[in-house]
Amino acid sequence: MSIKIEKAGLLTTIQDTGRYGYQKDGIIVSGAMDATALRIANLLVDNNENEAAIEVTLVGPKIRFHENHLIAITGADLAPEIDGEQVQMWRPVYVKAGSLLQFKGPVNGSRAYIAISGSIAIPKVMNSYSTYLRAEFGGLNGKALQAGDVIPCKDPATDILALLKKRGLTNSDKAFIEVKWKLAPQLYPAYEENPTIRVVKGTEYELFSESSKSYLWKEKFQITSQSDRMAHRLQGVNLSLQEDTELISSAVTFGTIQVPAQGSPIILLADRQTTGGYPRIAQVITADFSQLAQIQPGKIVRFTEVTLQQAQQLYVKQEQNIEQIKRALDIKRS
Amino acid sequence: MTLNDVPLFKMFPLGDAAIVLQFGEEISLSIHNKVKAVAAHLDKYPFWGMIEYVPAFTTVTIYYNPWVISEKGNYNPYEKVVDIVLDLMTHVEEEEGLAPRVVDIPVCYGGEFGPDLEFVATQNQLTPEEVISIHAGAEYLVYMIGFAPGFPYLGGMSHKISAPRKETPRTVIPKGSVGIAGVQTGVYPIETPGGWQLIGRTPLRLFNPFLDSPSLLKAGDTVRFVPISKEEFNERKEQVYEH
Repeated sequence: MSIKIEKAGLLTTIQDTGRYGYQKDGIIVSGAMDATALRIANLLVDNNENEAAIEVTLVGPKIRFHENHLIAITGADLAPEIDGEQVQMWRPVYVKAGSLLQFKGPVNGSRAYIAISGSIAIPKVMNSYSTYLRAEFGGLNGKALQAGDVIPCKDPATDILALLKKRGLTNSDKAFIEVKWKLAPQLYPAYEENPTIRVVKGTEYELFSESSKSYLWKEKFQITSQSDRMAHRLQGVNLSLQEDTELISSAVTFGTIQVPAQGSPIILLADRQTTGGYPRIAQVITADFSQLAQIQPGKIVRFTEVTLQQAQQLYVKQEQNIEQIKRALDIKRS
Repeated sequence: MTLNDVPLFKMFPLGDAAIVLQFGEEISLSIHNKVKAVAAHLDKYPFWGMIEYVPAFTTVTIYYNPWVISEKGNYNPYEKVVDIVLDLMTHVEEEEGLAPRVVDIPVCYGGEFGPDLEFVATQNQLTPEEVISIHAGAEYLVYMIGFAPGFPYLGGMSHKISAPRKETPRTVIPKGSVGIAGVQTGVYPIETPGGWQLIGRTPLRLFNPFLDSPSLLKAGDTVRFVPISKEEFNERKEQVYEH
């Protein structure tokens, strides 16, 4: 089985939940920018949540399905259509052979995920399917998807037709059939256009000037168009240290907010380097990674502080939501 | 001696899913040896809920899964991970992981491979030959791997051959390039933009994503640069390196 990319889109890549275990060798984590959306997309089509899926950025690709497939689209609303008809997100969709998936344009958020039941048949590199663009490995030959690419797919883990019956689907002349239910909205991320992002204080927070510290909480920052999978580059008031301090490089992570000497903060994302030497004023909490990854260039972000304990409670809550989704799907499957 | 005999490390969180162990505030061999010992211990005894760790000059950062560590929310994840780390630190032997591995890196200096060799020489009132003999005459310690896959941060370069970064970084630095920036020297394992002064190139492949151990160099290794001719470079380029 396979699907064909007929138009590339802005940046369409194969990702999973990330390449872990090799950061000590300087190998970046990569993976989905909105990992929660990718995990849920996989669960909706009965895949393991860590399977490979397609990440679509702002301007979507055109994808032709050569066989019948069960897919799910999650993440940003980029107005997906199959054969010209709007298709619902956050639920399984049965797509008939020959039909074409495309995206009209961003309504809300930046990145959508397409999971295919059975998943994509590509080899893992260093235990991950994620595309590492700069080092040119992972994904489909280490590259962003291009027009003409054919992506081999595995057979679905479950019998799709049997599944359709169980999920209350009837015959239809349409190019696709949606299930009639969708996930409860409180179980998956909501994306605000100009969000307030929750952070804990960063390792070097106290080294910043008093005014910089107060700007962080009071001011708004714009996500510039120089932002990419590596980082959001912000623009707004400049932040500075009380005095020049040369830091010794150490590890950074998704959501680390670092401030280079020129004063504009940078928020590290999926394709971040493994280590850094800039002062870290704050750290975005994991529960807000989805929201963070989905902010469009040009939009405004503000920051608010939570404690580490609150951050970890919210982390646990997010995982409980995923567990609840799994249980709900198990019930629908049985 | 165990690391716990002296209160020589600090712990603090890096966000809600990582903890940093810091062993000092400067780059030194003794701090590096502690980092190395903890890394070797974590390789042998990874704990349940640990995802991976990243050693750096003065720190070891351990990434963990709060959901797993907290047993699905039954404990405070950070407090739990602090307990685990305090306990494992009592078992870390500083001798762990100390046996140094020496890696020779053949380098063809100057010419098309080292377009900035003359600049580095002029900058230090030396001849290019003197720069080569100083650069190849030292042993270097791999303090950490970062910046790019397999890129070593090396300590031990002589101040006599230091040189500032280029004002305008090159958009492409070829794979295998050996460079100098300030008092640091390093080798570029993949093609990437960069501002280092390039003095030579190695035919050795420092990074291979399809090997179990993708990076040739590891934190703690000792590196020596061995000058080779252009002919040798071309010969060795043909060889397939499996490390």
